[in-house]
Amino acid sequence: MNIIYREKDVPNIREFDVYAKNQGYAGFKKALSMDPKDVINEVKASNLRGRGGAGFPTGVKWSFIPQSEPVKYVVVNADESETATFKDRQIMENNPHQMIEGALICAWAIQATAVYIYLRGEFWDIAHELDKEIEKAREAGWIGKDIQGSGWDCEVYTHLGAGAYICGEESALLNSLEGLLGQPRVRPPFPAQKGGGLYKEPTVVNNVETLANVPYIMREGADEYKKIGTEKSTGTKIFCLSGHVNKPGNYELEMGKVTFRDLIFEHGGGIPGGKQVKAILPSGGSGPIVPATDEVLDTPLTYEDLQTVGTILGSASVMVLDETVDITWAASKMTKFFKHESCGKCTPCREGTYWLDKVLDRILAGEGKPSDVDLINDVAGNMQGTTLCALGDFAANPILATIQHFPDDFKTHVEGDAALAAGD
Amino acid sequence: MPNKLEEKYADRIAHHLSKYPDKRSAVMPLLYIAQEEYGWVSPEGIRDVAEIIDMDPTQVKSIAGFYTMYSEKPKGKYWLQVCTDLACALRGADEFHAWLKDHLNVEEGGTTEDGIFTVEHVMCLAACDKAPMMQCNFHFVENLDKVKMQELLDKWREETAATES
Repeated sequence: MNIIYREKDVPNIREFDVYAKNQGYAGFKKALSMDPKDVINEVKASNLRGRGGAGFPTGVKWSFIPQSEPVKYVVVNADESETATFKDRQIMENNPHQMIEGALICAWAIQATAVYIYLRGEFWDIAHELDKEIEKAREAGWIGKDIQGSGWDCEVYTHLGAGAYICGEESALLNSLEGLLGQPRVRPPFPAQKGGGLYKEPTVVNNVETLANVPYIMREGADEYKKIGTEKSTGTKIFCLSGHVNKPGNYELEMGKVTFRDLIFEHGGGIPGGKQVKAILPSGGSGPIVPATDEVLDTPLTYEDLQTVGTILGSASVMVLDETVDITWAASKMTKFFKHESCGKCTPCREGTYWLDKVLDRILAGEGKPSDVDLINDVAGNMQGTTLCALGDFAANPILATIQHFPDDFKTHVEGDAALAAGD
Repeated sequence: MPNKLEEKYADRIAHHLSKYPDKRSAVMPLLYIAQEEYGWVSPEGIRDVAEIIDMDPTQVKSIAGFYTMYSEKPKGKYWLQVCTDLACALRGADEFHAWLKDHLNVEEGGTTEDGIFTVEHVMCLAACDKAPMMQCNFHFVENLDKVKMQELLDKWREETAATES
């Protein structure tokens, strides 16, 4: 079912003319005929949840914006930097107008004056193509002054980041857009509040995929949208499948109708060489790793069901690890990522990722001691809940889960001959 | 008097300044222009950017230093950044990265003696289904293997020789 990846059903939908001929901007047109409050209520009624990872109800987020403020902004989070996440990129490459339309509907709903699309710097080519498509939408009267005779003005701009995972965190993103260091802000005030958003004005920050759902909701109505997925997880979700699978790629699937087993074996074509699946990382580097037991493999892919097996749907960036993978090595890889991407503002994250990396390197070099595993648990435990943004937790959670679920992979390193030779 | 960047890139700079209510926001797009002009974010580039948006050069330098896509030293003509993050590593990216450095006889972050190639590893580039992959001067090159890479290296060497002769 392709609500988002409509290029699979409509070739060349990336082009403005093709998009316009295929119900493009019809959702925005309908929204413009409605009271902005009713637009927010419709999105609320759809139960759409944020697709960037947190799963927060989108309509509720929009309703936090104080309507009385004269200047408000919409910021599209196109920073897509979570390890193993590559879904928003495909939306912007193949169906960019649907994201632009969703952002404009949001802008109308909160009566924003401008939309900023913040793309990670590595999406250099995508941003330059996007600029051309924005111009086409402007020429057709969907962006700019007095949009479609509504008397309302709204501009759409792109802004390129320059290589920093932290800028996917919404308050760091806002700082980066303001020309400050891309580091998280102390909250409250939250972005939706006066004083907390872009240039201190109330701001909605939404992920690309989230906004790409909105035109469908406006066009077809919340009731129709809710027929897709489950009660708590409405709609489709794009799963980024990577790692040890025969057919890695993006798969847009109805939530609750597929399991990890379906995703990996049916859509992903199974494991190369017919090997066994050892573990799954369901949300890039940030979600807890889970062993590929039958219970996990048969879990329906929804926000609510994945919680029951101790992990999260998150950004649905599913990395598959086969039986040959040393989980200690995987933990080290993830830690190196977070060490590099820690912005350095909060001590537990800055120092914690540094020490976790150092200890894991020692263990992998065969110089670890059994007490090093306790040390990792201690350091990671002290990072949880002690930082301004979630990166500290993101760095700690996967490591703790790797030790919890795969203790033998660590024991092999710290209790082997090499460890004994190291004097423990 | 307009500085070198203002003179040479007047239209692009004006475009970026028009996007934001606060000109400080233009620091990132202007740093890209400075890097394009000088090959890296050189002291002259930092100074030019700071002048245009009324920032202290030290502040501009701190922004440049925070992000990986601004280079704080001169690079080769082709800046090859190979993703070796977990998803890519599961598909052979570490071996590919090691081979590339060995093949070009450079250390991590190093530049070949002829000044053509700089090689380094980077974190996830959102192309995990097309690993091994890299970005070359910010353009993605995907589904790489040794044969394809060798062809690219040859092509880029030839192009460099052609422009120099």
